Amino acid sequence: MTNNMSGISVFLADKGIYFLTAFLLVLGIYGMITCKNYMKKLICMNIMQVAVIFFFLCFGQKNGGTIPVQVTGLMGARHYINPLPHGLMLTAIVVSLGTTGVGLALLTRIKEKYGSIEEDDIIKGENKF
Amino acid sequence: MSNIPVLIVLLPLSAALLCMALSLIHWRLGRDVVIASVAASLVLSVIQLKDVIDHGTVSYVFGKYKIPYGIEFRIDAISAVIIVMILIIGFITLLFSMSFEVRDGGKVKNSGAYTMLALLIVGMVGMTSTGDMFNLYVFLEITSLSGYCLIALGGSRGIVAAFRYMLVGTIAATFYLLGVGILYSQTGTLNMEDMHYMLSRGVSTEAQAVALVFIIAAFGVKMALFPFNGWQPSAYAHANAGSRPLIAGVMGKIPAYAMFRYIFCIYGSEFRFMDEFLLIVGIFSCCGIIYGSVRAMAQTDLRKMLAYSSVAQIGYITLGFATGSPVGIVGGFLHMLAHAFMKSGLFFGTGAIRQKYGSMKMEDLGYIYKKMPLTSGLMVVAALSMVGIPPLGGFFSKWYIGMGAAGSHHLVYLFVLVISSLLNAVYFFKLFEKMFMARDKELPDRIPSEVAQEVPWNMVLAIVVCFLAIILIGVFNVPIVNVLMPTVMEVGS
Repeated sequence: MTNNMSGISVFLADKGIYFLTAFLLVLGIYGMITCKNYMKKLICMNIMQVAVIFFFLCFGQKNGGTIPVQVTGLMGARHYINPLPHGLMLTAIVVSLGTTGVGLALLTRIKEKYGSIEEDDIIKGENKF
Repeated sequence: MSNIPVLIVLLPLSAALLCMALSLIHWRLGRDVVIASVAASLVLSVIQLKDVIDHGTVSYVFGKYKIPYGIEFRIDAISAVIIVMILIIGFITLLFSMSFEVRDGGKVKNSGAYTMLALLIVGMVGMTSTGDMFNLYVFLEITSLSGYCLIALGGSRGIVAAFRYMLVGTIAATFYLLGVGILYSQTGTLNMEDMHYMLSRGVSTEAQAVALVFIIAAFGVKMALFPFNGWQPSAYAHANAGSRPLIAGVMGKIPAYAMFRYIFCIYGSEFRFMDEFLLIVGIFSCCGIIYGSVRAMAQTDLRKMLAYSSVAQIGYITLGFATGSPVGIVGGFLHMLAHAFMKSGLFFGTGAIRQKYGSMKMEDLGYIYKKMPLTSGLMVVAALSMVGIPPLGGFFSKWYIGMGAAGSHHLVYLFVLVISSLLNAVYFFKLFEKMFMARDKELPDRIPSEVAQEVPWNMVLAIVVCFLAIILIGVFNVPIVNVLMPTVMEVGS
């Protein structure tokens, strides 16, 4: 029994974080589908993007690795974590910032034109144009 | 090492960034710089195409990093041809959109549209030429973000369409990133060629399959493949009128090319579930072809009709890929070229009609062939090519796709091709009936006759280029196929 328990906890410690990021991803998509308010849709979009960023950072980790700056006396690649996933995610964060910026700009325009950012009001307003 | 591959991207990019600032100095300076830079890129891309045909694949390495680690532009015959196509249509679209400027005194109010058009061109050219998976993501986002802005410039309904497209498009980009992440965590490389090498040497098949599902879904959304096409009709219909030909004609094709590269160049025939994935893509394409054609028949707004027809036409391209045989794949690429010119041609035509008579309704087209002979000539040729009448581009691409389908014994695909050509005929002949037979609505002419007889010169140029391209792709289909075939034979099964 105890052996089995430790198996689960090892598994959770090893892979559990991936389930959490997958949950975050699905949560974001669920929110984007169900929310009627466009601002909330935008927030859920951000949650979804953050989930993928976490995913990259998680598999970039390794046990006993230090930051990828050369330390004297510490030779060999196994002592350092791979900096590339973090570098990629910096770019992805910038991209998601840009997307959010465009989204917010569009939302302010929608608010100007339709007077609301609720989906029902917008659909009603769309038929008038 | 020649710098042409990077200059093609760099020139429009720097012009796009300078455009807004230069517009403050003089109202037409920014616009002229953008147009000149795209023209220069066009010339360079033709030189590059000749180079690739003569000497084979060109590889450009950034910053002299060694290849699996650094970023690489890799241009083979297919991407060189597609880059020329993007830049031709981009150039004539830029000229065409000059007629849709909103002037306020001595200033152009929407000079940002030129910035966005140039960025769209940069993104698409970059997606086509890059050999790095993450670099592809960045260019994909450049394309999408400028696409959202151009759609939002199309007025009140355009903004909502752009917002909805943005939500769906961001899910797609995130899925793509997730797929890349899974592949990267398994192989530790991002270079496409290196990835193919790693994947063929035994990476867990399940991880590969999951990654490919994410990547196909992502590109499916971006190119509006059938079950993912919800955003597309209203986005195409309500986009900024001047840039609509580029958005509708080219923006959907580039993700299709990227999907081709993932399925055939990166995964390749060594992948165990290859046939299953091709079958799924084939089923999506067949459903999309029928669905798009049927929905297009029901539309009264010309733009909506053309947008739904795009869903069907993207289906042809992916159907060509789904046959898995080199002839079918080449047919898919030929259709990509032909359809880019047909669809932008039709949108140039509708844009010209809208500029002259201010209407996009089908029933207002009566007697248009007498009043706008050039425009209606182009629309007739483009529509006949869509249906697939022999000397035109659309016939030969469908012919090659059909040959590929017959060669790989997918007779259902052939059946769908024939049925959808008939459906195309139904809705395009409805358009002809309105153009030639319907009564003249006598709408007021909004272009004074001292400015131009029919439409201004920039519209005439766009119309003539598309008209010639459709006919030339049809007549010279054999040389084009001969250029594409060796590359497809290399990667195809």
